Amino acid sequence: MSILNNDSNKVLIQGLGRDGSFQTEKCIQFGTQVVSGVHPTRAGKTFGEGVPIFGSVEEAVKATSPDIGLIFVPAPFALDAIVEQIDSDIRTVVCITEGIPVSDMIKVNQYLKDKKTRLIGPNCPGYIIPEKNVKVGIIPNDIVSSGEVGVVSRSGTLTYEAIVQLTKLGIGQSACVGIGGDPIHGTTFVDVLEMFEKDKNTRAIVMIGEIGGTNEQIAANKIKDEISKPVVACIVGQTAPQGKRMGHAGAIVTGKSALASEKIEALKNAGVTIADSPTEIGLKVHNLLK
Amino acid sequence: MQLHEYQAKDIFKKFEIVVPEGRVAVSSVECKEYFELLAKKCVIKAQIHAGGRGKAGGIKLVTSPQEAEDAGSQMLGSNLNTFQSAGGEFPINKIYIEEALNVTNELYLAITMDFEMKCPVVILSTEGGMNIEEVAEKFPKKIIKLFVDPLIGLSPYKVRKLCSMLNMGKKLDEQLSSTIFKAYSIFDSLDCSLVEINPLAVVEKESIVALDAKITIEDDSMFRHKDLAKLFDESQMNETELNALKNDLSYIKLFEGQIGCMVNGAGLAMATMDITMKAGMAPANFLDVGGSASEDKIKEAYRIICSDKDVRLILVNLFGGILRCDVAAKGIVDGHKETRKKTPMIVVLRGTNSDEAKTILQNSDLDITFARDLPDAANKIQQKLGN
Repeated sequence: MSILNNDSNKVLIQGLGRDGSFQTEKCIQFGTQVVSGVHPTRAGKTFGEGVPIFGSVEEAVKATSPDIGLIFVPAPFALDAIVEQIDSDIRTVVCITEGIPVSDMIKVNQYLKDKKTRLIGPNCPGYIIPEKNVKVGIIPNDIVSSGEVGVVSRSGTLTYEAIVQLTKLGIGQSACVGIGGDPIHGTTFVDVLEMFEKDKNTRAIVMIGEIGGTNEQIAANKIKDEISKPVVACIVGQTAPQGKRMGHAGAIVTGKSALASEKIEALKNAGVTIADSPTEIGLKVHNLLK
Repeated sequence: MQLHEYQAKDIFKKFEIVVPEGRVAVSSVECKEYFELLAKKCVIKAQIHAGGRGKAGGIKLVTSPQEAEDAGSQMLGSNLNTFQSAGGEFPINKIYIEEALNVTNELYLAITMDFEMKCPVVILSTEGGMNIEEVAEKFPKKIIKLFVDPLIGLSPYKVRKLCSMLNMGKKLDEQLSSTIFKAYSIFDSLDCSLVEINPLAVVEKESIVALDAKITIEDDSMFRHKDLAKLFDESQMNETELNALKNDLSYIKLFEGQIGCMVNGAGLAMATMDITMKAGMAPANFLDVGGSASEDKIKEAYRIICSDKDVRLILVNLFGGILRCDVAAKGIVDGHKETRKKTPMIVVLRGTNSDEAKTILQNSDLDITFARDLPDAANKIQQKLGN
């Protein structure tokens, strides 16, 4: 068993533009079972090696029963795509799209309550489970290795950096989950920490946070009370100035609690091992598992 | 996208929020003329994209045409540096001159997104005129918050309850409640990240008037508000940041730094900045070239970093995914052909087509040291500093 385990790991893709098609190809190469695509004007056609395209999520679900939905559609249409997948009761929806208005995401967030769907993202690299050859997103295929460390992160490329460090030291991953850099996102640090705590394949957890918001503090409370597995954390943005949005919409220091130093303090108090520099993530895990 | 006060007040007027009579002036003569048209007492306000104008000398009360002209000539063409401007300076190219009113007391009203509650929040306080962060620190009980259900919107009964808590009497309560609804409808219909009225004044004990107006429209929703894009005042951004914006690069200049950073991905960019600091030298900028940068975009990114006079060393850290490293390398070489600056570079290239990229850079006449990964890059920075 692993985290994010669905009945099957069949994936539906919504958004088959240049980047979406390229990344879907990589998912298939990794071994992911992509069963259908959705595109309003390409219904009846196929992509890749004969994967059928449907005009709506509803039709795709009826014909191919996916458990997972992966969204690449551009930001102006992302709200509708997410809602369409929620309405079809897709269990896990991963939204890669960057730049969705906050005003749209707060509606999605509200709409999600009491629904069967778990949303991961948006503005995230998705997740990858090396052991099962399941990749739903854009984490590079060749950097991961199967093992016992769970990785959860707000960032994309920094997650890759952490994975590379682990793999180079011979430390494999049970799963890597990017929860996204937007201030309003579906699955949170706390959700993924819970999954890793329950997961028999996970021995230790790497958590990568950044400035902005208070999600790292909420995670620290969770760790203190309910997480028994060792956690290594790295918080980036220590050199970021106040009030400037550092690329990610959520990465902005607006008050004291949004500072990297405050987050690090909270995590330290929860017994978390801190990688002071992003260069030390792998090493800290290595020392912990010795 | 931030708007100027005068632009925000235009929007307020469209939504029927009461504001003082005012005019936009671009010369001191206009300041004098408009003073004569407006009132016996006026306020001259510098139009810049930073808060804290009052303390920095950007707001002046004037009582004669001559004073209005003098204040205008003093402000126009100068730069203002406020406690909220993060080290930058903002040029004063426009002045808003408006009638000064007889204020009984000042309130604070704002609508913004609460990221913890994941919904819009109306913030109301009796301590208007002060910086709200200061109020939150000194008088936390004087801040009332009303959270708004994103799917239902603002509930009238909740607004009535909120207003009655201020004990201002029925007439003012009704005006306040109506102002809150209008401000919320601006916030909602224009996809704002902030609508702030500070102070929201009670004038002559009988009417509620917005003395200041701040509207920030969320950048990610600008695709729905193309008509508002023309309100953007380019003069309020420094040239480099503007150039970056036009090229869709996420760039922030950091003062007192010396290492120029070029990275893909916001998290990795912040991490890269952090390691330069730990290696003993401050980063000169944040620069995220984005997921699928083209050759031209990278070229522009390189030129922007080179144009920064503080930069002594450039650190490039690219993790190819959707981004192809060879495309990035070509962009850097192109940028170098134009700038001809030979600033030493430390380069980390990984992922898609990174080997091709290394060959391209090796065959150029750039001063490049390659690093395997982030820890190696940190070491190489220290070696360079030691030299």
